[in-house]
Amino acid sequence: MDFLTVLQILDSTVRLATPLLLACLAGLFSERAGIFDIGLEGKMLAAAFFSAAIAFTSGSVWVGLFAGIGASVFLSGLHGAASITFRGNQLISGVAINFLAAGLTVVIAQTWFSQGGRTPQLPSEARFGNIVLPGAESTIREIAQLGPLGQIYSELISGHSILVYIAFLIVPLTWWVLFRTRFGLRLRAVGENPAAVDTAGISVVGMRYAAVVICGVLCGLAGAYLATALNAGFVKDMSAGRGFIALAALIFSKWRPWYALSACLLFGFFDAVGNRFQNIAVGEFVVPVQFMQALPYILVVIVLAGLVGRAIPPRAGGEPYVKER
Amino acid sequence: MDKMPKWADVILIPLISVLLALIVSGFVVLIIGENPVEAMQIMVRGAFGSAYGWGYTLYYATNFIFTGLAVAVAFHARLFNIGGEGQAALGGLGVAIVLLSFGWPHWSIALLAAILGAALFGAGWAAIPAYLQAKRGSHIVITTIMFNFIASALLVYLLVNVFRVPGSMAPESARFAETVHLPSAAEFASFLGFRGSTPLNFAFFVALVCCVLVWLLIWRTRLGYEIRAFGHSQTAAVYAGIDPVKITMITMLISGGLSGMMAINVVMGEAERLVLDFTEGAGFVGIAVALMGRSHPVGVVLAALLFGALYQGGAELQFEMPAVSREMIVVIQALVILFTGALDNMVRMPMESVFLTLRRRREGVDPKRRSPAE
Repeated sequence: MDFLTVLQILDSTVRLATPLLLACLAGLFSERAGIFDIGLEGKMLAAAFFSAAIAFTSGSVWVGLFAGIGASVFLSGLHGAASITFRGNQLISGVAINFLAAGLTVVIAQTWFSQGGRTPQLPSEARFGNIVLPGAESTIREIAQLGPLGQIYSELISGHSILVYIAFLIVPLTWWVLFRTRFGLRLRAVGENPAAVDTAGISVVGMRYAAVVICGVLCGLAGAYLATALNAGFVKDMSAGRGFIALAALIFSKWRPWYALSACLLFGFFDAVGNRFQNIAVGEFVVPVQFMQALPYILVVIVLAGLVGRAIPPRAGGEPYVKER
Repeated sequence: MDKMPKWADVILIPLISVLLALIVSGFVVLIIGENPVEAMQIMVRGAFGSAYGWGYTLYYATNFIFTGLAVAVAFHARLFNIGGEGQAALGGLGVAIVLLSFGWPHWSIALLAAILGAALFGAGWAAIPAYLQAKRGSHIVITTIMFNFIASALLVYLLVNVFRVPGSMAPESARFAETVHLPSAAEFASFLGFRGSTPLNFAFFVALVCCVLVWLLIWRTRLGYEIRAFGHSQTAAVYAGIDPVKITMITMLISGGLSGMMAINVVMGEAERLVLDFTEGAGFVGIAVALMGRSHPVGVVLAALLFGALYQGGAELQFEMPAVSREMIVVIQALVILFTGALDNMVRMPMESVFLTLRRRREGVDPKRRSPAE
């Protein structure tokens, strides 16, 4: 395996980690504020469909992006209404949202496009194109001529869609917001001890709704990336469990932004390796591709079991806040 | 705390919630540009209008009774088993191993062995999340979700690499022997008009027996009492000498076993071989069924019947109204989970105030004047 092949795997790692990263950070905001969200998958799927559908009909990928974010924020609002206002079970609400998205996207796609629950193939102007950074080469033949540093720059760093760069910038932004601003302090406090926040005169309901809306926006970006950058259009169930892998990454990273980045890159790497090599031979053993696909989930179970460092969720997570006692 | 009479809590609120879910679904159909009343008629006729329809409705309902009971039993201990899908898949594996390894002389013996295999494999798949919840406090919802994905990958691997018939491309096991064929409705109830194509089979009765057993377990045994006590208040249960580890483990094993037994209906009764993704989301429908049925076996049967009808009626709807895709069922299912589960308080709060007002009026108290006790 030569250097360029390694770079190509890392390059597709970055591509595949991006939706995980966006969804994972979305979950981070929500769960840090005490709202468990297993509906990341559904929100991503809804955003993927609406971004692709509106990008196709309007011809503009940006209009599509906003439509996708809108759909995702709508579902977030539903989750917020169920779990904050009506103090329902957050897990059940998440399950409902996943099904709602899985069903509605196909039903609407069938009505709008009559192509068996998919959107038409997006033309290149209705997609996020790859950005070639200044001084970088874009074709494989040209890249192969470059030295190692040039290859890293041209193959790995350059040539991604704008959403990839945005996703990676959101990591430090998330860290800054959560750990260096008043808003972030309150948001984390709401997830640990909402009664204390309430006593300080800050609206628990308001903080939690804010967190849920941020979660919706980030899931919207993740879904739009899936349908308009990674692929060219929406197909049924295209999120394919990524929302749950993001959830896994969130637990794996113990609800911290930088760790979330590494966890998502790791899971993206598994995906990239699984895509490139069907079965990997390690000495006598052959690691089946299904094992690579299941690996993120297995790792999370191991982490949850407390075998490799204990993952402790925000203390008030999953519990509706009841003011009157 | 008796704000409402029991019948309102058990019957009225689920009915209102389901009605709301159906009304919203009707709006979705309307937005698509079809007539919701007509769609409803097609679905009801498709599900109940013929022996053919009944055969499919009850076949689907059988699956949902198993998975619904599984979720319901776990709910009684306030455990949310979202892993029915994976446990059912493993149950299918158990059935296939039992039926392919031995030459069973008669279907009745094979059925008993297959029930054992399905329940053991399903329970086994629930055992690890249960142990982690009981001993390490790992959130059972997350672990069971993860186990669904692991189960699906495992089954793909086994079907492609182990069970696949040599020379065949299809990822499915060999067909089970003729002797283990479960009687289908066409064989034991042809007088009701069931024909050969009906998937309804003997497993339906196994599901009904399970309902009775679950009812006995939860409300008529010491263990059931402990499960319910644990579900109401863990601290009180522990104080009363109930072992939380034991209850969590046993409840989840029963729950996983019930999920696994779904495979009796699909793998042994219908497909007669192990196929890919035979669960078709039934593990998740179980959540809706248990929520709607208020975790009671009678409620579970009724809710399973409703969802069976939705599945069969939805299939008919797709034929008669091509604009409405089959995924409409998933939308209705989602809305039922949303309204009966997550938005329960949205219905409950106004109903409680209605009943409070009614009672005050009946007792001759002016509803506007509050008593000091409140």
